[in-house]
Parts: sequence; structure tokens; C-alpha cells
Amino acid sequence: MVPITWYLVLSAILFTIGVAAFVFKRNIITIFMSIELMLNAVNLSFVAFAHMWKDLSGHIFVFFVMVVAAAEAAVGLAIIIAVFRTRQTLNVDRVNLLKL
Amino acid sequence: MNASIHYITILPELILSVVGIIIMLADPFFDAPAGRSRKPLGWVAFFGTLAALASCFYQAALSDGSYSFFHMIRMDAFSVFFHVVVISVSALAVLSSLDYLETQGIKSGEYYALILFATVGMGLLSSAMELVMLFIALEISSISTYILAGYRRRFAASSESSLKYFLLGSFATAFFLYGIALIYGATGTTNISLIAQALHVHGHVSALVYLALVLMFVGMGFKVAAAPFHVWTPDVYEGAPAPVVALMSTGPKAAAFALLLRVLFGAFGSIAAWWLPLIWITAALSMTIGNLGALLQNNVKRMLAYSSIAHAGYILVAVAARRPEGIAAVLFYSASYAAMNVGAFAVASHFASRGEKYVSIDDYAGLGRRSPVLAATLTVFMLSLIGIPLTGGFFAKFYVFTSALASNLVWLTVIGLVNSAIAAYYYLRLIVVMYMKEGDDSVEIVPVPVAVATSLLLAAGLTIYLGVAPGSVLAYAGRAAHDLLRF
Repeated sequence: MVPITWYLVLSAILFTIGVAAFVFKRNIITIFMSIELMLNAVNLSFVAFAHMWKDLSGHIFVFFVMVVAAAEAAVGLAIIIAVFRTRQTLNVDRVNLLKL
Repeated sequence: MNASIHYITILPELILSVVGIIIMLADPFFDAPAGRSRKPLGWVAFFGTLAALASCFYQAALSDGSYSFFHMIRMDAFSVFFHVVVISVSALAVLSSLDYLETQGIKSGEYYALILFATVGMGLLSSAMELVMLFIALEISSISTYILAGYRRRFAASSESSLKYFLLGSFATAFFLYGIALIYGATGTTNISLIAQALHVHGHVSALVYLALVLMFVGMGFKVAAAPFHVWTPDVYEGAPAPVVALMSTGPKAAAFALLLRVLFGAFGSIAAWWLPLIWITAALSMTIGNLGALLQNNVKRMLAYSSIAHAGYILVAVAARRPEGIAAVLFYSASYAAMNVGAFAVASHFASRGEKYVSIDDYAGLGRRSPVLAATLTVFMLSLIGIPLTGGFFAKFYVFTSALASNLVWLTVIGLVNSAIAAYYYLRLIVVMYMKEGDDSVEIVPVPVAVATSLLLAAGLTIYLGVAPGSVLAYAGRAAHDLLRF
């Protein structure tokens, strides 16, 4: 039996990789994928905790997160296409009409 | 636990959803003679929001504090107050969109449906008692506003603003979600009242809870646009269509403050001493960065974006007071900020004209002579944003700072007052430009259409009403604060 801590550590590592990729990657699609990675890292935590507490609500939460992630993906890709049409690039450094 | 289902507790949301779906269904019928105006759908949306508003008053008249949907939804003065605020905001946003969409040549009925769906999310944020529900409500309102922000999709700036809002918004949501996962791990429940009980019973609180609180705070800090999580605000507000900014700088912000109060006082009430420093630092940073940033702006939308960061800071001062009067001040501030900011953006969106050409402060020169009504209403909103007596902004700031002083937050109050003085400069600058500078006649001013005039008058009326007779609203905010703490 794998102890629960391992799952939590894995989840924390995945989340951190997601954050790092979000900050350092320059391609919009990759940045978008890193957000998905963060959400899935959270899902792993939810499932691990649900198993620990012998409680269903954690599992249910994961379903809702997946649904929301799907909705976000639909909207997100549409927005990325709109940006690509106007700018012809997927590099965030060149999507710089508005100064940060 | 009360397991009953009372549809009355989600009546405003039901009305808004149904009207939104009707609009989506009716939209294709407007395609027949190519590209007919979608204005009638806008009016449908407007009357939908009025019906939802009426249902809120019906809710308020009932006995409050009732739970339903298996303890997921709670209807009390707190939820009713925020419902009224966010639904009024979307009613005014719809009104100022009607002619805006015509001018910009956007033919789309979904626009109105999305505003209504976003309002559903914001409404649920204030009544949900379960983290699952809060998360979904947050996403309903966020995803709708991501789309709305990119509605002028032929303009690179608009798509770009939508992209930035989307990427940073989802990033923040992931943090909020990780916080929920950790608090679930620490307490074994996702219900706000049960979390509060668990934290109260244990007495000593584990590191996991603190980490969960910090992660959730990052997510919420982003949604209320507080520094240091504010970087998206100016860009998104500059690129998004002006009526959408009117909506998203007030509605989702008020709803996010409802979420913040619910989480901090509802779930984490027993470790208030621990989250106080977080709020203190964020409040001080938001006020300072927001006001200093606004000083440097030449674009009206960007200036108002920085000002919205600063106002989030003032509201956080009241949160830091950690007392019922402070919570009431948060509610009152959200309401009066909503009135004045929706109004300011309604002026900006009408004035910007086709393709949002006129957005710099210099374009407003001579407006006082050329369009006295527009200039006068904008002046009311600017004076209220400064916090001049006889406007809602004055009492909002007054209640915030008195509650902070009552909790001995002297330094925070001093920072806040200094900031209010700095802020007066850039708001007054706009007024001075309007009245004292000779205008350039190449800036065309379109006569104000009826819908925009109505929304301006309503916003200005509410701003002045809150400044002249704040008593009844404040009393209701006090009841709401009481309900929030009692649950």
C-alpha cells in the first residue's frame, strides 16, 4: 500500500511544474497546457484526500473540476484562435499591444 | 441537516438563466434578413434583470436565514444584498450596451445571454455555503466574462485582453482550487459551516490549514484585483469593450468580496488573527499601487482600472477591521462603488464612439461646454470616487475608516487617508480637463440615446441617494453582516 503522503507530494510537484511552466513558457498553447496540469495536480490531491477520509465528496469535486476544465478549454482555445487571427503569432512576448 | 429543496432560494438565478436561454434560442431568428439589430434581445435581457431584481425583494420579505439544497444554498440578508448589487449592475450594463453594440457593429444576441449567465454566477457566489458550489459559481461568472472581454474580436487589443484575463484568471482559479483541496484534506469536508466547526473544535490548527488559506487568498485576491495580484487589471480593462468593463469592474468584484467574506469569516473565522497580516499588507499595497499607477495614466479606461485596484484596497481595510461594522462597510462600499463606477464607464463607453476612438483624457477637453449633461454626470461619479460629501463614495470611505479606527488599525487608516488625498488629483484632473480646457472640435459627440441616458440617471441617482440618505442601505448591510457571522 502506497502511503497517502506520496500522492500529495506528487501532486505538489506536478502543481509546481505547472506554475513554473506558466511563468517561463512563451507559447500560448503550452501555457494553457500548464494550467491544465495544475488543475489535474489538484484533482490528484482531491482523490488522495477522499481516499484518506473514506468520503465521497472529494471524488465528486473531481468530476466538477473536470467539467469546468473542459468548459475552460473550449473557451480558452476559442480565445487563442481569435488572438492568432488578429496577430498571426502564438508567442506571448509578441502579443504585446497592451503594455503590462 | 436540513435537506429540503426550496426553489425560492435560487429564484433570481432561475429567472436569469431562463431569460438567458430564451435569448440564445431567439437569436438565430434575427439572422433572416442578414444582420438585423439584436436590440430587442437586449431589452428582453433588461426586463429579465428587472424581474430578477423584483424576486430579490420578494426574497428579502421572507423570513431569512433558510438553508436549502442540502445545505448548499443559504438565503439571508447577506445573499439578498449582494444579489441586488450584482443584478442592478448587470441591468445598467445591459442598458449601456444596447447602443454601444450598434455603434461598434457587433450583431450578437449571446452577448446579453452571457451577461445574464455571468450574473447567475455572481449571485450564486453570495449565497453558496459549499466550496463545490462556490467554485462552480466562480467559474460560471469568470468564463462568461472571459468571453465578454474579447467581444470586439476584430480588434487585436480586445482579443489580447480576453487572452490575458483568461490565462491569469485560470491560473488564479487553480490556486483557489488547490486551497480547497488542502482544506478538504485538513478537515474532511467542503461545507463552510462544517469547516468552521472543525477548525473551532480542534483549537490548534495544522500547517495544512494555513497553506490552504494562503492559496485560497491568492485566488480571491486575483478576483477582487488587489495588489500584488493586480497586474492583469489595467490591460484587461483597456482592451475589453467599455460596457463589459463597467460590468466586470463592479459585479464580479462585489461577488468576489462576498466570497472573500464568506471564506474568511465563515470558514476561517476562528483563525482571524492569522489572516489579518495578509489582508493588512494587501490592502496597503493595493491602495498605494492603485493610486500611484492611476496618476501616470492618460487613457481613461486604464486610469479607472488603477482606481479600481485602489478601491479594492479601501474595501480590504474594512475587512481587516474584523468587526460587524467593518463587514457592513464592505457591503456598503461595494454597493456605492458599483453605482459610481458603472456610471463612469457608461459615460466612457458612450463617449468612446465607433471603434473606441476617444479614450484619452485629452479627448474629454471641452466636454463641459459641448455636452453639459454628460460632463455633469461624469463629474458626479468622479466626485463620488474621490469621496466628496453628498455622494455615496463619501459615506463608503467614512464607514470603512471609522471601522478600521475602532479596531485600532491606525497605520492602515493613515495610509488610506493619504491615498484618498493622492487619488483626488487624478479624478479632479479629468473634471478640470472637461470644464477648463478648450476642446478640439474634431472629437465628435453623439447625442446621448435614451437607454444610455436612463442608465446614467439611475447610476447618478443611486450615487447621490447613497450619499444623502445612506441610513436604510447601511441598516440592511448591518443585518447582512450579522447574518454572515451568525450562520
